[in-house]
Amino acid sequence: MATTTIDGHEVQVDEDGFMTVYEEWTEGLGRELATLIGIDELSDQHWEAINFLRFDFSEQGETPTLRRVNKVGGIPTKQLFVLFPKKPAKKMAYIAGLPKPHGCV
Amino acid sequence: MRHVLILGAGTAGTMMANKLRKALPLAEWAITVLDRDTDHVYQPGLLFLPFGLYDESDLVRPRSFFLSAGIDLRIEPVDRVVPAERHVLLEDGTVLGYDVLIVATGTRIAPEATEGLAGPGWMETAFDFYTVEGAAALRTKLDSWTGGRLVLNVVDMPIKCPVAPLEFLFLADHFFQEKGIRDQVELVYATPLDGAFTKPRASAALGDLLKKKGVLLETEFNTATVDGESGLLIGYDEREVPYDLLVTVPVNMGADYVERSGLGDELNHVEVDKFTFLADDSDNIFAIGDASNIPTSKAGSVAHFAVDVFVDNFLQHIKGQPMTGAFDGHANCFIESGHGKGMLIDFNYDVEPLPGKYPLPGVGPFSLLKETEANHWGKLMFKWTYWNMLLPGREMPLPNSMSMSGKIPAEVSS
Ligand SMILES: Cc1cc2nc3c(=O)[nH]c(=O)nc-3n(C[C@H](O)[C@H](O)[C@H](O)COP(=O)(O)OP(=O)(O)OC[C@H]3O[C@@H](n4cnc5c(N)ncnc54)[C@H](O)[C@@H]3O)c2cc1C
Repeated sequence: MATTTIDGHEVQVDEDGFMTVYEEWTEGLGRELATLIGIDELSDQHWEAINFLRFDFSEQGETPTLRRVNKVGGIPTKQLFVLFPKKPAKKMAYIAGLPKPHGCV
Repeated sequence: MRHVLILGAGTAGTMMANKLRKALPLAEWAITVLDRDTDHVYQPGLLFLPFGLYDESDLVRPRSFFLSAGIDLRIEPVDRVVPAERHVLLEDGTVLGYDVLIVATGTRIAPEATEGLAGPGWMETAFDFYTVEGAAALRTKLDSWTGGRLVLNVVDMPIKCPVAPLEFLFLADHFFQEKGIRDQVELVYATPLDGAFTKPRASAALGDLLKKKGVLLETEFNTATVDGESGLLIGYDEREVPYDLLVTVPVNMGADYVERSGLGDELNHVEVDKFTFLADDSDNIFAIGDASNIPTSKAGSVAHFAVDVFVDNFLQHIKGQPMTGAFDGHANCFIESGHGKGMLIDFNYDVEPLPGKYPLPGVGPFSLLKETEANHWGKLMFKWTYWNMLLPGREMPLPNSMSMSGKIPAEVSS
């Protein structure tokens, strides 16, 4: 497990740069992580998705899939692709400070 | 008299019923198994049907054939489970009570869940091979197909037997060569994953094999809609993948009644403890086989290893004792790779597929993560093993938990 410094804070990350400790995340870090992957401005719609991800992870212990964000979180998949272009599942997890979604088995 | 009710007489439900019947006294426990129809399908054989290597009669047997004496089989679809009442409502209105309920209704393909997929072109230019009807219709199509662009699309994960789409492509490559039209056929694999498979080392090995066979990869492709009239897959990221012939693995979902009963996740797979299969918030409902949401492959081999762990736990649970067995997620899958060869992968919740020998370290006869003829014979033998050993619940000379012996860890092999 490696550590890195984001926005002046030392945090634990995996080999792909996804944060691994739920409690280390803050909204400020979220904004910083977003700019690192080219999303400079987080709108309310972005936050709705990120907050759902964090909430669902705290309940389930797992990063939710796109289908779950759609069905349980109520956000259309199409919109997730607009908000987090090309790779919404990975990008949302990255910004929300959650483990990389493990793409199933 | 207490009552175990098993929903689903497929791979897991049948093995479970037979093993429980041996373990539970007839005078104390009644066992009922329920299914919506009478035909047991050997699903691994569906892979071979489109290429004319098996036909329907090789794959279908009556369910009753495999259930031991002392097990009551009923044929009627489930309408819903009512956990608070400890009963199950059937579609014909019958109410069946239970002391312990085991959900084993598997997972099914849901083409209707993707816009356009079940619309124009369905069963004309777009086929599945996860059902007998789909695989048989595809065989008829392939018989007269003269070539073009064949796209195999996995719509979403998880799917049962996640290696089956790759096997289909390997066999297709072989099939078109034999037909003498391989140069007229473009083979494309469009997958939501970022590589050929979910686990890194197997993904690399299988990716190499796809390349060797000239299969083009379209990765991280999330199918939004299918335009059957123009022959186009359209992704959520607006990528377009044209096809002449679509072979699809639609979204896999658990039975609808699971959702109606409030037992499922977003794909109607029952949420359970991954070590004991006990459903969340319940002390008398279990789910086993493809019907559960445990994070390992949905495969017959997994169901087999899981049932063995389960039966010992069950005997403790009904005496009010804690369940001491813990399933490790063991999966063991032969991968047919065409031209009389196959690969084998063996893994669990924690250990990804590694190279080596199986089941005897250094000896085999099967080789892990490597193409050999012995692996191909292992795959073909599996049909006999399935009907004659697995379903009747006979003891197999294989350990249930995955073993590290014979495997070569990543740090020293690469
Ligand atoms: C093409 C293909 C290739 C495969 N290859 C392999 C392989 O090589 N190796 C391997 O290990 N596995 C393979 N599998 C996977 C394997 O077949 C399944 O994992 C296994 O059958 C799962 O067993 P199960 O009992 O959980 O589900 P199933 O065997 O599918 O049984 C579920 C049962 O529930 C019944 N049911 C569903 N809904 C209802 C309802 N509402 N009311 C009443 N009954 C209902 C169904 O009729 C069915 O009989 C393959 C699968 C496919 C499709």
